[in-house]
Parts: sequence; C-alpha cells; structure tokens
Amino acid sequence: MPTFFTSRLFFVSLALVILGATLPLYVSGYVLGLLTVAFYFGVFAMAWDLLFGFAGEVNFGPTFLIGVGAYTAGILNNQFGWSVYLCIVLGALASVIAGLVLALPALRVRGPYFGLTTLVAVLMLQNFIVVFADLTGGEIGLTIPDVISINAGANYWIALGFMTISAAILYGLSQSPVGLVLQASGQDPVQAGALGFNIVKHKLFAFVVSAFFSGLSGALLVFYFGTASVGTVVDVAVGVNVIVSAVLGGRRTVLGAALGAIFLIVAGEFLRPTGELATFIVSAVALLVVLFFPGGFLGAALSREARS
Amino acid sequence: MRVFQILIDGFAISALYALGATGFTLIFGVSGVLNLSHGAIMVAAAVAAWAAASILGVGTYAGALIGVGVALLTAFATYFAVVKPIQDSRRIPNEEKEIFVLTGTLLWGIMIQELIAYFFTNNAKTVLPIVEGVVEILGVRTPTNEIFTAIVCCLVIALLWLLVNRTRIGKAVLAASMNPRGVTLLGFELTNIYIVVWAIYGTLAGIAGVLLGMFLGVSSYSVGPLTASAFSIVVLGGLGSVSGSLIAAFVVGYLETFTAYLVSPAYRTIPALLLLVIVMYIRPQGLLGRR
Repeated sequence: MPTFFTSRLFFVSLALVILGATLPLYVSGYVLGLLTVAFYFGVFAMAWDLLFGFAGEVNFGPTFLIGVGAYTAGILNNQFGWSVYLCIVLGALASVIAGLVLALPALRVRGPYFGLTTLVAVLMLQNFIVVFADLTGGEIGLTIPDVISINAGANYWIALGFMTISAAILYGLSQSPVGLVLQASGQDPVQAGALGFNIVKHKLFAFVVSAFFSGLSGALLVFYFGTASVGTVVDVAVGVNVIVSAVLGGRRTVLGAALGAIFLIVAGEFLRPTGELATFIVSAVALLVVLFFPGGFLGAALSREARS
Repeated sequence: MRVFQILIDGFAISALYALGATGFTLIFGVSGVLNLSHGAIMVAAAVAAWAAASILGVGTYAGALIGVGVALLTAFATYFAVVKPIQDSRRIPNEEKEIFVLTGTLLWGIMIQELIAYFFTNNAKTVLPIVEGVVEILGVRTPTNEIFTAIVCCLVIALLWLLVNRTRIGKAVLAASMNPRGVTLLGFELTNIYIVVWAIYGTLAGIAGVLLGMFLGVSSYSVGPLTASAFSIVVLGGLGSVSGSLIAAFVVGYLETFTAYLVSPAYRTIPALLLLVIVMYIRPQGLLGRR
C-alpha cells in the first residue's frame, strides 16, 4: 500500500482531482451539470467493478441496487418529507439489504445463471414500480420535493468529492488483503476455500459494499435530478451503460471504471448533434474496444507501464 | 368459451416462443454462447419482411423469405464479427470469455436496434399475413393467421428434430454439444459445426421473427423484451436443453395468456418472472438442465 502513494497512478489521479475541483471557476453550468451526472455514474461503475473484477460475480442488474437506493430515498422524501440526508442514508441502507437479497442466489449458482437472476431482479423492480404507481409515480416518474442544492457548482463539488472518496475506499479495498482474497475466491473458489478463507463471508462483504455505494450514489443522483424515473435509474439500458463503462475503462482496475463512465457520458453528449445515431456510435466504439483492447483504457495504460 | 379462447391463443403464443427460444438454446448447448442480440435479429427479420412487402411490394411470400434471409445474414455477421473474434482472442483470458461474449453481443444487438430505429423509425410494424380471414374453432373466432403461425412453428420444430436426430451433420452437432474435443478427434472441424449451428439458429430466429411480425407486430422497442423472454424461457427449461425449452415455452406462454385474460394485460409478464425466480432458487439448473 505505501508504494501506491509514490506511484505514477497516484500522482495522475491527484492531479486530475485537483484540476477537476477548479473547473467550476471557468466552465459553464451546462458542462458542470453533465460532469455531475458522469461522476455519480462513475461510482456506479466502480461499485460494479468491485463485484465483477474482484469477486468474479457477473451482475447484470447494477440498476437493481441503484434503483432500490434511489427510489427508497425518493419515496421517503416524497411521502414523509424527511430531511434529504436522512433519506439518502436510508436509501443506501435499503440498497444494502437489496444487495444481500441478490447475494443469496450468487452463493448457490454461478456464471450465466447468476447473471440471469440479477437481470430478472431488475425486471421485477421495474414491474413493481409500474404496478405500485401510486407510491412510486409509475412510468411518469417520482417527483422529489427537496434537492441537495440548486447551485450547479455546489452540486458539482459534492459529486466530485463523493466520487473521489468512493474511489479511494473502493480502490484501497481492492488492493488490500481482503481484495486479494476476493480475487482468489472469484477465480478459484475451491482452492481459496482450501487455503482457509471464508468465501461466503468475503463475497457477502463484496455485495454489501457494492450495494452501499450503488445505493448511495443512486440516492444522491435523484436528489440532484429532483425526480426518479425508471428510465434514469432502473432501466436495463442504464445497467448496460454501467457495465460498458467498467469494461471500457478497464475491468479489475476500479479507477478505470470511473474514467469509462465519464468518457461514455461526455461522448454521448458530444454526439448529440448526430441525433438518433448517437447510441449507435457509442455502442460501436464500445464494441471495438471490447474486441481489440479487452483490457480497456486503464488496463492498456497500466500494462504498458508495467512493461517499460 | 373463454377457456377455449385462452387455450387457442396461448397455444399460438407458446409455439412462437418455443421456436424463438430453440435456436437460442441450441447455440448455448453447442458452443456455450449466450447470444444477447437474439431479439435484435428477430426484429431485423420482421422489419425486413415488412419493408420488402410494404415498401418494395414484392408480395408476402417473397417478403417472408427476405426476412428469413436477413436474419440468416445477421446471425452469420454476429458469429464472424463478434463471437468468433472474442473466442479466438488470446488477450482475453478463457474464464472471462463468457462475459465478453455477453457484453459484445449485447452491444451488437443495441447497434442493430438503433440502425432499425434510424432507418425505419420506432413505430410498430405489422407484416402482412400470408393467410387472411377468420375461422371459428369451438365457438372462438380465430384469425387463420394464428392457426398458420402455430402450424408453421410446430412443423419447423419437427423438422429441426429430424435434422438433429436423423442426419449425419445433425448428429455431429449433437455430439459437439456433448463433447467438443471428442468430435474434433473424430475428424470434424469444430468451426464448420459452429457455422451449421449458427445457420440453423439464423433460420429459426428469422422464421420466428417474421411470424411474430405477422401475429403481434414488432418495433425496435421489442428487442429487449424479446431477448429477455427467450433468455428466461431457456433458463427455465435448462440451458442447452432443447426439450426443456419447449416445455418452458408452453409454461411461460400459457402463464402470460392466463394472466392477460383473467387478471390484467398490464401484469402479463409478472407471474413468469416470479416462477423464474422460484426455479432459480430451488432448481438453478432449470427443469431439464444438466449442471
């Protein structure tokens, strides 16, 4: 761990965060708004990478965890008018419970079977939201009376700070002994178990951490938007974007996932003039990266550094 | 009266689901590939058939043939442009190929979906049916097209059974699903077997897509739900087990029809999803699957 603080990756990340923190001084509110969303997405992608890259669990339903956190926080605020911060914390806790529910099948089944269970979880949540439209706002979306702040700069700093702290915790975790045990149990559970590590405990822990950050980020995001809808926090397409971000940025790097998410959202915005073809182009670029640079952005950069 | 209506409608939908899911499970059984662009290929077939018949005016039969042809080409493109490069890649570790194939085919499916939306808009399209008119069965007015759909589905599945169990190449495909290395030792080129399987898959998905376009109509929004329903049917039946998927298709088809008629069309997909979750917890390998 001490070697990290002298590594090039540390200085590059530090420089990027400092540069990012000064942005509100000279760019427009529009750019800040875009990056705010991108930072929350970055946390989604990093939380997903902890499960996939380290625990080896293919979670096709990141939006199940995100959506539970986002909607719990939103509904509590909408129905009872509790304070924003209490709602956010309760949303994150609800998401942790959802993570434990999702972890149960993961301990029994592997590979594509688990992937499907998570996908079904998202579809169930989506149906649930539509059926209980009185409570959740249904397909139109849930209106949330309170927001964290209406100042674009303040929202931006909150998002950047939140992403930086999450990145530090998740990256630190992935490099710690716990991260190594997770990696071992993801690659060969039998052997890792034979070495005396409690696989079940470690995997449950990974699910809880991933769910906590997904839910927290989801709750913050809806309080930024002032609304929660299926299309922004639950839809399978949102989950696909999270997965694509992590794979683009480089799986098993945690920090790369955040880079991938920022790239994906900013690129989508730049391509807006192309109209309906924007999604096509982003998907095509992502497919080319998956086919020709399977290590992703950060994976490719790190392996070059390791070689030299 | 209503019972007969549910039985008849449920049968046609189930047969259509069965046809769509059979190719999907066949590919998984033989080459371990879960093709998440499945829905996109079905919609591509239906939209091609619609465009050929309604815009170019080539007639319903030729339109249907063009639809199946487009599905076949798209299936080959999926295999050669996405699946094969990932399987042959030396930079992707073997244990991660599964997730790369899933991600790759998912992105590929989104690309097809977006292209369809760009050129043909998001509007729902109904392919002109090959047979028109209405007949009365047991007091239920049934479109002839619905009967036609059910008959074609059953015929194609029967032909597939004959192909797999009674021909040399079919037996090679079956053997490859049991033991790929053993088949190569007997002198079969595995790539050739995969090409045959993708050809069968493309044809099945194409026929299913065109029939779906005639029966219910499709739009580029149908891509996701179609992939999801094929995926859940296949998992319910047991990944790679063709007979399991056939049973599961009828279970899901009837469950959905019952819910739509007796409860509310809005809750149509919920019981099937619940059943799927229960099966995943109690018997994760599916009804007829092997671990």
